[in-house]
Amino acid sequence: MIRLLQIEFIKLWNNRASKVLIIAYFILLTFISLVAAIKFDIGPIKFHLAELGIFDFPYIWHFNSFIAAFFKLFLAVVIVSMMANEYSNKTIKQNLIDGLSKWEFIYSKFLTVLALSTVSTLFLFIISFLLGLGYSSYDEISIIFSDLEFILAYFVKLVGFFSFCLFLGILVKRSAFALGFLILWAILEQLLFGLLGWKVTSWETANTIKGFFPMQAMSNLIDEPFTRLSAVQNLGDQIGEDFKFDYAVHWYEIIIVLAWTALFVYGSYALLKKRDL
Amino acid sequence: MEKILTVNNLTKKYGYLTAVKDLSFTIEKGNVYGILGPNGSGKSTTLGIVLNVVNRTHGEFSWFGGNTSTHDALKKVGAIIERPNFYPYMTAIQNLKLVCKIKDVTENKIEEKLELVGLLDRKNSKFRTYSLGMKQRLAIASALLNDPEILILDEPTNGLDPQGIHQIRQIIKKIAAQGTTILLASHLLDEVEKVCSHVVILRKGEKLYSGRVDDMMATHGFFELKTAQSEALVKHLESDGNFGEIKTENGLTTAFLNEEMSAEVLNRTLFEKGIFLSHLVKRKESLEEQFLEITKNQSN
Repeated sequence: MIRLLQIEFIKLWNNRASKVLIIAYFILLTFISLVAAIKFDIGPIKFHLAELGIFDFPYIWHFNSFIAAFFKLFLAVVIVSMMANEYSNKTIKQNLIDGLSKWEFIYSKFLTVLALSTVSTLFLFIISFLLGLGYSSYDEISIIFSDLEFILAYFVKLVGFFSFCLFLGILVKRSAFALGFLILWAILEQLLFGLLGWKVTSWETANTIKGFFPMQAMSNLIDEPFTRLSAVQNLGDQIGEDFKFDYAVHWYEIIIVLAWTALFVYGSYALLKKRDL
Repeated sequence: MEKILTVNNLTKKYGYLTAVKDLSFTIEKGNVYGILGPNGSGKSTTLGIVLNVVNRTHGEFSWFGGNTSTHDALKKVGAIIERPNFYPYMTAIQNLKLVCKIKDVTENKIEEKLELVGLLDRKNSKFRTYSLGMKQRLAIASALLNDPEILILDEPTNGLDPQGIHQIRQIIKKIAAQGTTILLASHLLDEVEKVCSHVVILRKGEKLYSGRVDDMMATHGFFELKTAQSEALVKHLESDGNFGEIKTENGLTTAFLNEEMSAEVLNRTLFEKGIFLSHLVKRKESLEEQFLEITKNQSN
C-alpha cells in the first residue's frame, strides 16, 4: 500500500500543474478563516460575520464543511487529469508492462483519493477547531465535540466525488471532456428529476428517487447551513415563515454515497480490465 | 533448457479481424529470438497479450513455468513496446525512480543503466526535451533496471536516424553478450539477422516458421562466379548434377547447390577444365531471401 502511494506521489508531485492546484486548494481552505475578518462598518450598518454566530460550536462544523466542499473542484481537476494523463501519455501501458497489475493501478489511484480526502478533512477539522476556539460563544467540551458527523460527512462526500472523477477520467480518457461530462451529469440529474416529477410520479417520490442519484446524494450529505443560523431563524419567525428543515446527516445518505463510491471504483477496474491498451 | 515463456494456441480477434491465430512457441533461456513479420502480422498484438495490456480471445501463455501471476512475472521482464512512454514532465532520473518503485527494485542501478545507454550527462533533463533516439535509449535503460531475465523489444529502431539505429544495435549486442535472453520483434530482416539466433516468422497472425535461424531452410547455399568464359562455365555447371538452378545476370553467374560442395573443390574442377575465375564466393541465402521464400511459399 505504501509502495502504491509512493508511486502516485512521484507522479503527482513532479507535475507542476497538479502541485500548484493542490497547494492552491489548501491555501483556499485556510482562507475560510479569513471570513471571520469580514466586517462592514458603514455608518449605521454594522456587520461583522463572526458575530452572527457562524463560528459557534457546534454550528461551525456544519458551516465550514459546507463551505469547504465547494473547493473540492480544484482537486477534481487534479484527479481527472492524473487519470486522463495516463492515457494521453500512454504511461498506463508502460506501468502495466513494468509489472503493475490492473487492480493495483486502480487501487493506487483510489488510495490517492483517500489520502487527499483524509488530509482535506484533517485540515478542515483543525481550521474549524481553531476558528471555533477563537470566536465561539460556547466553549464547553461537550458542545465543542458535538455534531462532528458533519466532518465525517465531508470526508465521505469528498471520497465519493473524487471516485466519480476517477471513473470519468478512465471512461472518457480526456481531462477536459471528463470535466465537461461531470457538469453535464449534474444537469442531467436535475433534468431527470424534473421529468420524473412532472410526468411519471409525484414530486415527493421524484425527490426521494433523486436522493439516489450520485451527485444529489453527495450534496444531500451536508444540507445548506444558512437557514439554521439563529439570525435567519429569528427573521423567519418575524415574517411568519417556518424554517424548520432537517439538517442532520443521515446514515442512509452515507450508505448511498459509499455504495456509489464502490460502484465507481469497481467500474473503473472493470473498464480497464476489458479494454485493450 | 529453462523455459521463460510458453505460448499455447494464442488467438486474438478484433471483431471480424483475426490478429493472431492459434500461435504457439516457446522462449528458452539464453537465446536471442526474433519475431519477424510484415507490418500488421500480429507481432505487437502477441507481445501485448503476454505483457498484460491486450486481452486474449483464446489460448494460454505462461511466464517462467507458470508459477507466478503475470504482473509479478513482468517484474522480472524488461519490455519496450512501440514508442517509449514516460511522464514528459519528469526528468530521466525521476522517471526511472518511478519504474524502480513499480518493479519493486532498489534505485542503485539507475546511474549504471543510464551510463550503459549513454544518457548519464542528460539525466536531469525532462523527458519531453529528449530526441526520439534518446527516448528510445532511456526506454532501454528503464527496461534493464531490474536486470531482467528477458528483454523484449518491439521495433526498437523504428523511426530513428542511422546513428540512432546504430547506437540501439550496439546496445542490444552488448546486452546479448551478457547472456540476457532477448526477444526482438521487427520487420527489418537484417536487424534480426545480425543479432538473433532463433526466429519466429508470422504472417497475418499465423506462424510460418519457428526455430534456429541456421535451420530455417535446408539449403547448401550457392556460388557467385565471374569469368571471361561464361558460356563454358554455364555449360559445365549444367552438366554437373550437384547444381540446381543456375542464372546469369550482368556477367555474374549464380549457381545453387543441391548437395554440399566446398569452394575449393569447385575451383579446382573448373581450373582443370580450363575455366579461370575472376570472382568466386560461396554464400548462404540471407535471412531476407529466406524470409521472402518462406512467405511466398505460404501465399501460394
